Amino acid sequence: MNTSLNQAVLSVEHLKIELRHGTQPLVHDLSFEVKPGEFLAVVGESGSGKTMAARAILQLLPPGITQTGGRILFDGENLSTRDVKAMRPIRGPGIGMVFQEPMVSLNPVHRIGEQMAEGLRMHTKLSAAEIRARILDMLRRVQIADPERCMHAYPHEFSGGMRQRIMLASVMLLKPRLLIADEPTTALDTLSQREVLDLMVGLARDNGTAVLLITHNLGLVGRYAQRAIVLEKGQLVETGNVPAILVEPKQVYTRKLVDALPRRQPAKAETAAQQQPLVQVRGLCVSYAGARAGFFRRHPPVRVIDTLDLDIHPGEMVALVGGSGSGKTTLGRAILRLAPSQSGQILFRGEDVRTADRAALHRFRLACQLVFQDPFSSLDPRMCVHDIVAEPLRHLPSLDAAARLRRVQETLDEVGLDGLGARYPHELSGGQRQRVAIARALVRRPAFVVADEPVSALDMTIQAQVLRLFQSLQAHHGFACLFISHDLAAVDQIADRVIVMERGRIVEQGTRDVVFDTPQHAYTRALLEATPRPLAVSAAYA
Amino acid sequence: MKKLKTHTLIGGVLIGTLLILAVVAAVWTPYSPLGIDLRSKLQAPSMAHWLGTDEFGRDVASRAMQGASTSCLIALLTVALATAMGLVVGVVAGFMRGWTDRVLMAFNDTLLAFPGLLLALGVMVIVGANQWGIVLALSLAYAPSVVRVVRGTVLSLREREYVEASRMIGNSEIYTMWRHILPNCVAPIAVLATSMFGWVLLSESALSFLGLGVPPPAPTWGNMLASARPYMASAVWLCLVPGLCIALTLLGINLLGESLRDRLDPRTERA
Repeated sequence: MNTSLNQAVLSVEHLKIELRHGTQPLVHDLSFEVKPGEFLAVVGESGSGKTMAARAILQLLPPGITQTGGRILFDGENLSTRDVKAMRPIRGPGIGMVFQEPMVSLNPVHRIGEQMAEGLRMHTKLSAAEIRARILDMLRRVQIADPERCMHAYPHEFSGGMRQRIMLASVMLLKPRLLIADEPTTALDTLSQREVLDLMVGLARDNGTAVLLITHNLGLVGRYAQRAIVLEKGQLVETGNVPAILVEPKQVYTRKLVDALPRRQPAKAETAAQQQPLVQVRGLCVSYAGARAGFFRRHPPVRVIDTLDLDIHPGEMVALVGGSGSGKTTLGRAILRLAPSQSGQILFRGEDVRTADRAALHRFRLACQLVFQDPFSSLDPRMCVHDIVAEPLRHLPSLDAAARLRRVQETLDEVGLDGLGARYPHELSGGQRQRVAIARALVRRPAFVVADEPVSALDMTIQAQVLRLFQSLQAHHGFACLFISHDLAAVDQIADRVIVMERGRIVEQGTRDVVFDTPQHAYTRALLEATPRPLAVSAAYA
Repeated sequence: MKKLKTHTLIGGVLIGTLLILAVVAAVWTPYSPLGIDLRSKLQAPSMAHWLGTDEFGRDVASRAMQGASTSCLIALLTVALATAMGLVVGVVAGFMRGWTDRVLMAFNDTLLAFPGLLLALGVMVIVGANQWGIVLALSLAYAPSVVRVVRGTVLSLREREYVEASRMIGNSEIYTMWRHILPNCVAPIAVLATSMFGWVLLSESALSFLGLGVPPPAPTWGNMLASARPYMASAVWLCLVPGLCIALTLLGINLLGESLRDRLDPRTERA
């Protein structure tokens, strides 16, 4: 295998993947090349066939889906004709793969050390001691604090970011020629995302590994990739060098993707601050019972929210940002009394709802709403869209049946779902489901809405649409909103004021422009640093 | 898709025939199922007696028809009662959690620890061996497993965000249980209930076989089978007929249950 520097590591020629013969192909006539040491991004939305193309390279297509045309050449050899046994020397030392979900890609019943050793045992003739030494080295390389202990630990003892680093380490142990990473950081928060990807780039450079990064996040493309190919509905629409593709997209679809990137809107005139705050949180503490330490003992309680103060004014859009584990979701739930809190006050229109009795709590709930992150599990699968949106109105006895029907219709129109009232949640797309959830939250015209990562489960272009919709609804109805998110780019677009949380405390707050342009606290700066801003990058190139 | 259709078809034909026979038996049978005719006892199947006669000269076909209606009625009532008890206890335990859950589950697990048939025998001794006794005894024996399934489903459902959303809307806990949790339990329960129908049919036969079922001379498949035991070698149709009836019914129920499960799975729903 003498590969000259210019010969591609991987070259895909006219790849065609179909579900069954005769139906619309999942991938059609896809050709591209990856050169040694190159970082190539494959960009596309869900359903664009990017994952299927990657799986086809490793001959790991799910049952029922087959490659029906084209060739896949790895180091000049055709992989498409190889059977399972002949693929084994390729998988691992030739091509490594990192999957999207770090939570499920490590086997929960094996220790980390055993899992990492598997590949080396299979593909090399190293002794047990050498294998151990290499694993320790590699764990150190991916900045795992205590590699010795890590080897003996089980996957559940690690956070998502650490698991993904371990996964990366075990793949890179075999020094593959090509690394395929399928949305490796989509499940991680901004800070871990940056860590994992920086390590990936470093390791790839050390070993001369080419990287194929599959992603829907153009921000990551801008920061890490040299070249990108854009897929739409299984077809290649555009290919080119990275700054160029972001600054001057040639195809309509690429332009649509670039336009979907969040952009800062001009700040609203500050009128809210003079009014009496709608929601006042004073000295709020939330703690969870400690883990069991023995048969009768427990560890001391873990404080998730620590004596926290917070004001939200009527009609204000306040963004609450922070990494995973910062307590932002817990805070949102505690304010709505969906999670218990231990001490402090939550004043809504001057009335303390933390200790409110049933009737007062009911009044409070009538005036506020929650939009969840996962649009699928927040909708009852056995109710149609119309019933879901109409349900909150049963607590408004002042509306008669005709008025209710009108209100539901009006709200469905507002969120762009007119005519879909008879559908069930599983018949809708992710973006449409989130619109239903937003309609349900707004149908009673609440004064206060908590939105917990409302767009982070959605595709780029859908994210942009839902964000715009949310923004215009907020402007129209004027509700106050606590917008919880780890995506600073989205926050940049939508928020009036930003609150940064770290480990249960507020470390910085202020108007959006002040916090984002002149961050004071180190944690805020780290978060902003880690947020990929492709437009800033492309502006520098332009 | 094709496979599912044949399943449904075969299951439907078997259970349909059974139900028709059971209903017809209530108004008409070829002979009286209790009519003793000692002159023509233990006759092999013939034109006069399609499925032969038993040791008292009673027509086996008529008794099997009558048995179908008794056995199916018992099985239906038992399944309905066990499911109802299981649903109520399971939903309450799963939704309330805490001490309510612990007490109910401790009691439930105690019941579950007894072999079902033994438990039923114990109850029968107290309430007496008649049709209603059987229904009550078998429901008590089968309800604990329904409780387990319902509670497990509710425990997972109550963590769903739409339950939280219902709370946010201001709905009461009872309403949330009724509107959002119960309907979503229907699919697993419906599947469990169909297979339970088969088990109950078997248990009823077993009870009758042990002499604790519906008292003779009224026919059920179980006591027909029991009384056929001495004649196994000389009059094989006596045990073949009720045996085949039980086997075919179980087959039909299982096939129907399978297609019901596929039908209720939201991923195939309206696909």
